[in-house]
Amino acid sequence: MIQLDKVTRSFMVGDQQVSALRDIDLSIAAGDYVSIMGPSGSGKSTLLNLIGLLDRPTSGIYKLDGGNVSALDDEQQARVRSEKIGFVFQSFHLVPRLSAAMNIELPLILAGIPVHERKVRVAALLENYGLTDRADHRPDQLSGGQRQRVAIARATSMHPAVLLADEPTGNLDQTTGREVINLLEQLTEQKVTLILVTHDPALGARAKRQLHMVDGQIVSKTEN
Amino acid sequence: MRLIDVVQFASGSLSGSRTRTLLMILAMSIGVASVLILTALGEGARLYVVNQFSSLGTNLVLVFPGRTETAGIGPGMLLGQIPRELSLEDADALLKSRAVKRIAPLTLGSSQISRDALNRDVIVLGSTSDLLEVRHMSLALGQFLPAGNTGESVCVLGAKIRRELFGKESAIGAWVRLGDRRFRVIGVMASQGESMGFNTDEIVIVPVASAHMLFNTTGLFRILIEAKSRDAIEQAKKDAETILFARHNGVRDVTVITQDAVLATFDRILRALTLAVGGIAAISLSVAGILIMNVMLIAVSQRVQEIGLLKALGAPAAQIRNLFFTEAVLLSSIGSAVGLIIGEAGVLVIAKLYPTLPVATPWWAVLAAVGISLITGVSFSVWPARRAARLDPVTALAGR
Repeated sequence: MIQLDKVTRSFMVGDQQVSALRDIDLSIAAGDYVSIMGPSGSGKSTLLNLIGLLDRPTSGIYKLDGGNVSALDDEQQARVRSEKIGFVFQSFHLVPRLSAAMNIELPLILAGIPVHERKVRVAALLENYGLTDRADHRPDQLSGGQRQRVAIARATSMHPAVLLADEPTGNLDQTTGREVINLLEQLTEQKVTLILVTHDPALGARAKRQLHMVDGQIVSKTEN
Repeated sequence: MRLIDVVQFASGSLSGSRTRTLLMILAMSIGVASVLILTALGEGARLYVVNQFSSLGTNLVLVFPGRTETAGIGPGMLLGQIPRELSLEDADALLKSRAVKRIAPLTLGSSQISRDALNRDVIVLGSTSDLLEVRHMSLALGQFLPAGNTGESVCVLGAKIRRELFGKESAIGAWVRLGDRRFRVIGVMASQGESMGFNTDEIVIVPVASAHMLFNTTGLFRILIEAKSRDAIEQAKKDAETILFARHNGVRDVTVITQDAVLATFDRILRALTLAVGGIAAISLSVAGILIMNVMLIAVSQRVQEIGLLKALGAPAAQIRNLFFTEAVLLSSIGSAVGLIIGEAGVLVIAKLYPTLPVATPWWAVLAAVGISLITGVSFSVWPARRAARLDPVTALAGR
């Protein structure tokens, strides 16, 4: 499903070249549950952004579903993101002026899905995530857990094959964090590939595969 | 993304930041309204002058004593002299032309009018009975001057003069004193108000011969010629020149102009003025356009996270560009719609305040105002929209 071959990513900071990722070789099968751990600055977010096509590797090849996606142009990559990839962020990234239902509907709107189908899907998602009575609330009227549930509902609205979560519990307390992780883990049972970035070892240990990163390199792979 | 969704999303983000949106609409609408109002005023002034000219009479040719030299100044002018006066005989001679329908000689002077203890200064106009027709004047009471060049001591009062001297009493048949002569009132002019800076309500009209006696002159201030038809105007002008040239011993010492020529000049000047004023207003419109660009740029930097999110959710650059573009188009079209309403309301108010000024927004001004506001709104949003579309999703999501 996801195949990285000798992927590197380096940035220019001033006139110095800084490598965020060095020669990453990684393959993740469909339906895998992978956690990426490591100290801050180890390159785990950069790796997640690369997999999510928000960033391009400096060198190396990234294949998604067998196709070389790093060779695609911006517009084609946008389509791949729309159809195959869902994001869950630490700070939720909900659009503040839109209601919960509208936030969930956003990827469907961008993809140009007809109104009636959108309404059906959004209603189902609201129901699944226990948000039906919060549908018309704006993000600032929701609790942290509810916001992240809206974000997960939005990430799954296009039925993506890959779900990328960057510290999804970072802004939540223990209990709600646990609920959110449960929701994400339920998705892996429906053949969704879940890649979770966290610096919390307890959380990372729940994943089937655990990658530890230091200085842009994967230093250990653990399988449960 | 569907068009209706694009519009909905854009209007959503407009209503999301209400102050910003209202300010932009305000700027745009002030621009549009000022174009409408200023051009309406300009057009009003033009029409006003045109109307004033036609109220002076139709197919008019005017004869002035003296000649306006375009090259240099004649010696007579320096001394404030006129080479030769226009006489009453000159005026009568003009009737020989077949292109001339009627003439009205005019002589002008200032005198004191009194009735019993009441007196005031008035402008006395000496003319003939044809003046009424030539100048399109109308009489309220009694009759106008008698036909022919008689020196009868009769006069026709302007409406205001009659009111001041007679109040509610009847003026017809009464005697008034002009200077050292007595005149019998035979008529009263209808109130017409100001016309080319000449208020017919405040004058007294007497036969031209009486005026000459009163002021002890023989000259004419001007001769009004009414041509037989519009096509005869040029012929009448030529004839007047030839006749007066012959009568003045082969000296071209009169000026003959047609009303049309004067009118056309005024028309041109005022139209240019309207365009100039409209152009100045259009500058305020483009300032509004720059404001839109400014605020859109701020919007882009305020909404980087949202833009990053849209990119993460699979919106291609073109779509993000379209969203910002649509916002600008919506803003400028709402702005111009509001501006049209404000502008038309303003024009109505002006029309109410100054009923004599025929203000009306010309159609080309409406088109130009709306067109310029749309074009500036759209073209000034190209840059912000492109900037939004080019944002790097990772840095945008981080809000940097």
